[in-house]
Amino acid sequence: MFAKGPSHSTALGPGCAGPPLANPQNFGQAGPGAHEHGSHQPSCGAAPFAVDASMLRSAGSQPHKHTQSPYVTGSSVLGITYAGGVMLASDTLASYGSTKRYKSVQRLVKVNETTVLGAGGEISDLQYILNMLDDLSTEDYCADDGQSLSSQELYSYLSRVMYNRRNKMDPLWNSLLIAGLESGKPFLGSVNMIGVAFSDDHLATGFGSHLARPLFRKKHRPDMSEEEATALIREALEVCYYRDKQSINKFQIAKVTTAGGVSISDAFALPTKWEYQAFVDPTRDAVGVW
Amino acid sequence: MSGIGTGYDLSVSTFSPDGRVFQTAYAQKAVDNGGTVVGIRCKDGVVLGVEKPVASKMLVDGSNRHTYPINQQSGMAVAGVSADGRQIVNRAMQEATQYKGFYGEVIPGYVLSERIASYVHLFNLYWYVRPFGAAMLMASYDSEGPQLYLIEPGGTAHRYFGTAIGKGRQSAKTDIEKLKLTELSCRQGVVEVAKILHTVHDEEKPFELELAWICDESKKEFKRVPADLAAEAEQQAKAAMDEDMDS
Repeated sequence: MFAKGPSHSTALGPGCAGPPLANPQNFGQAGPGAHEHGSHQPSCGAAPFAVDASMLRSAGSQPHKHTQSPYVTGSSVLGITYAGGVMLASDTLASYGSTKRYKSVQRLVKVNETTVLGAGGEISDLQYILNMLDDLSTEDYCADDGQSLSSQELYSYLSRVMYNRRNKMDPLWNSLLIAGLESGKPFLGSVNMIGVAFSDDHLATGFGSHLARPLFRKKHRPDMSEEEATALIREALEVCYYRDKQSINKFQIAKVTTAGGVSISDAFALPTKWEYQAFVDPTRDAVGVW
Repeated sequence: MSGIGTGYDLSVSTFSPDGRVFQTAYAQKAVDNGGTVVGIRCKDGVVLGVEKPVASKMLVDGSNRHTYPINQQSGMAVAGVSADGRQIVNRAMQEATQYKGFYGEVIPGYVLSERIASYVHLFNLYWYVRPFGAAMLMASYDSEGPQLYLIEPGGTAHRYFGTAIGKGRQSAKTDIEKLKLTELSCRQGVVEVAKILHTVHDEEKPFELELAWICDESKKEFKRVPADLAAEAEQQAKAAMDEDMDS
């Protein structure tokens, strides 16, 4: 495996970069045979290599702090069920804070022949999840018994994973939508970074939950046709693009249908209208603006 | 009972005066007494076939599997003590997963075959374990193209165009050598393998034919040959046998 890099812990002695020692040791200042009160320094020339025991992390001493904030993130993911299938949609942007950094990121991924996963949040955590699911799928493949992970099973599994990571104070910083066919019936579930999981006929993550879901509540019916569902999704995507600053006009739609299995569309753009007078001079009526 | 290896054959960590490790040779015997397994590398993939004598009429069809996928791009057929073979397959799956987790890409055929060979060889070095009584024909399809490897109980791995192990290996190998493998597609290869296995099999006893392949037609994934093609291949094999009988 890879060699360990140099340690910069001040536990190794003065001259190392790092936080100050909890119990400062005077290395090299005590004469041979003289012992510091309370410390057990070897009196031979091991002083420069003595380690401050309190700087060492013993197992279970403190929670290991890891993910505190996401870096490269995806925005909303939308999902609706309809007659004979379920549809997910998202844009193809991965932002780096406010910067629109990567504009061709596929955030909807096929997991197996019956399930699609859509993710917002930290993209590296999405890649970690995908690797994990890849290993699971390979196990299923090798068992060669005609069974593979169903959408409901995947949803339950991911909710356990996300919840357990949250309990370790090291979350996978994602909001996931799992869409697929469960025994031939459309299934749509959502899991977020703290492990909250639920399933419904229409769901959205991120800004979509505020912008798209009201549209879904108004217009969604479980027996919608595919054309109606596509039209509704496109309308919701348009609204998300207008109102979410971390989005771009480049979307993908993934569908899982009883007829055609899983398909993820090519990226497409939606026509947008910017001629509204309010957009021409947006700050005209604002207070304190010249 | 004094046999050939008396005194030098009790442990795998003992050489005989003429430089043989008898335990390894005995393990090879276990393979040679098992059902025949045939593998051929065709122009677009690899076909593996196993002759499985049916031990009892009460066995469900398709049980006692002898071909196993290791990951989507490789698979193995086992000859000899099938329980030993199963352990080797499990190890191969672990190796493949570890390689993928470490290097981020699928394990190539030659790496996997060497790792399995090393693993099998390990059991020929220490007195507190015994060698595996199983040999494996490993099929893989990666960027280098389709490959067929044979891993023997002694821990050697070799790459083949076509080979056979088990009871009927001598006549099977003769038949394989007659085939023009570079011109054969896997579809045709399946029929040829079925023919060979039917020919070498001892006719009175019932047997099951297990066929697996990895080729362009299977989308470069290791799978059992689809049931309809396997049935057709068996039919053609039986018809060819009947023709030979009549002529």
